Amino acid sequence: MRRTSWQEYQKDIASDKYYYARSCIRQNFFPGSERAFLNILGRDLGIDIFDDPLHTSCTGIGYHSDVVPLETIMTVVARQFSLMAEAGYENFISSCITSFGIYNEVLATWKEFPETEERTRKYLKEATGRDLVKPRSIAHTSDIIFHHREAIARKAKHRLVNSHTGEPLRVVEHIGCHYAKIFPKSGIGGSEFPYVLAGMIETWGGDVVDYPERRHCCGFGFRNYLVQANRGSSVANSHKKLESMAPYKPDFIVANCPGCAMFLDKWQYAIAEMEGMTYGADGRGIPVLTYEEMAGLVLGYDPWELGMQMHQVDVEPLLDKLGVEYSPEAKYLGANGKYIGKPADVAVNCFDRRRIYEIKR
Amino acid sequence: MGKYFDMLAEDVRLHEGLKACMNCGVCTAVCPAAEFYNYDPRQIVAIVQTRDDEEIERLLKGEAIWYCGECMSCRPRCPRGNTPGYVIQALRTLSQKLGFFVESEKGRQQLALKRLIGDNILATGYCLTPRNILPELHPEQGAVWEWIYENDEDVYGRFSDVYRREGAGALRRIDDASMREIHRIFEVSGGNDFFDTIEQHSDRKAREMGYDGATEEYMMQTYTYNSENHY
Ligand code: SF4
Ligand code: SF4
Repeated sequence: MRRTSWQEYQKDIASDKYYYARSCIRQNFFPGSERAFLNILGRDLGIDIFDDPLHTSCTGIGYHSDVVPLETIMTVVARQFSLMAEAGYENFISSCITSFGIYNEVLATWKEFPETEERTRKYLKEATGRDLVKPRSIAHTSDIIFHHREAIARKAKHRLVNSHTGEPLRVVEHIGCHYAKIFPKSGIGGSEFPYVLAGMIETWGGDVVDYPERRHCCGFGFRNYLVQANRGSSVANSHKKLESMAPYKPDFIVANCPGCAMFLDKWQYAIAEMEGMTYGADGRGIPVLTYEEMAGLVLGYDPWELGMQMHQVDVEPLLDKLGVEYSPEAKYLGANGKYIGKPADVAVNCFDRRRIYEIKR
Repeated sequence: MGKYFDMLAEDVRLHEGLKACMNCGVCTAVCPAAEFYNYDPRQIVAIVQTRDDEEIERLLKGEAIWYCGECMSCRPRCPRGNTPGYVIQALRTLSQKLGFFVESEKGRQQLALKRLIGDNILATGYCLTPRNILPELHPEQGAVWEWIYENDEDVYGRFSDVYRREGAGALRRIDDASMREIHRIFEVSGGNDFFDTIEQHSDRKAREMGYDGATEEYMMQTYTYNSENHY
């Protein structure tokens, strides 16, 4: 199959007037990414995007932990759709791969089994008095950034190149299983050649790293992470990916799903603590970015306003390569510019010089 | 013969997930859980396909159905259009409805998931919130998470004007009227009944195991205990 096979899986993405559904994981771990996304669209590109104060979690983590029944999540999803319609929108965009999978699965199930849609309408009416109105389009927020990638490139302050050598940066992209493995046609490029992040990377000047475990799960596995006794499974999967990508010397990882970004970041910390192993150059971790952070850096946003201080693996080596200026003193400031102390030094961070670890290649 | 299969067949995910399996093993080859656990999704699908009550009951009471991570990597790969991950979801739902989940170590963990995720949805409208990711339960979250956890108002205040308050923005408090709607949805759609079922069977099992019911102590046991017999 040719590398361009992604073009067989195109989907219609609306260009304007989006109803934004936020994600539990995104807002917990990457609130700066969320704000950057809303600013890039609303402020930089002048697009109409509505952040509704009324919607809730999709309850997807509960559903995939098998404690929230299918009928219940369908009704919660139906409520989100109704809120969208009541607000006057019809293009629903979600900021998390789990919920994107959920919204697609619910719509597909309603189509395949119409009695489930009827039952949901009834439950929704009974529980909330609302009427179900289905969206005209569903997209993931990365689809939206992909859709506007050229417009972002035209406003770029930085490109994904090493500002010292002029070489393109080497980027590992991680798509997240539920983006296209459940419904290949709902993801740009399908499940074989997902192109949503690769398209951004190429447009903004970087090189996409192809490596053996590129499509492997990040290691979330819902109950396999959420229950402490099962976390060995989660870290083993992240470990497998990190081992597989390290020989390609990536400058950074970018993830489609906030959960994947968080796991690939945090498990590098845990592996360094447990095994003394780090995967980046010079014995450091590999920075893990969200695509909103990647887009934000390209557009010249301040890394701390993007929330990159909330990562466990320090991003400064990447910022230096990109030629991004930043203030080290501003990194750990809280709201209103107050200094609130800083996290303890740990092995995976670049500023820890006290311990010597085996350097992976 | 076929009693449990008929119950499974009430779940649309069984119809979507199992047409006819030819036992090729492609799902097992790509499955991340199969690589880690003594787990073989091909075999699960093959057993369900036999409709054999005894065999299916063994599955519903056993460890194997709890190993899957619901990544759905098997879905686009199956040459027959099956989705073993969906079959697993149907099995897990039935195992809980019948109270069989408490007969396995991994199944008993459903109580911890119900309390940690399920109850949090009913309390906050979110699956997770910063204040329920306790550093002592999440050592792998590292030093930066501890810093965030201890300074949450300040850290999140930099990105959201409404942290734990009503309005539009990240980590806003969900208004009471919306929360009432969520509670009603759980009530009318069977979410609350399902939660109660998990609690009741866990309580019964906890007593059988010598606990004073499904206490915090029992829940933490399900959350932390690993017999290491799974690989
Ligand atoms: S890949 Fe499909 S046909 Fe092959 S064993 Fe798995 S479920 Fe059966
Ligand atoms: S959904 Fe479950 S059975 Fe399918 S590949 Fe993922 S872990 Fe394996």
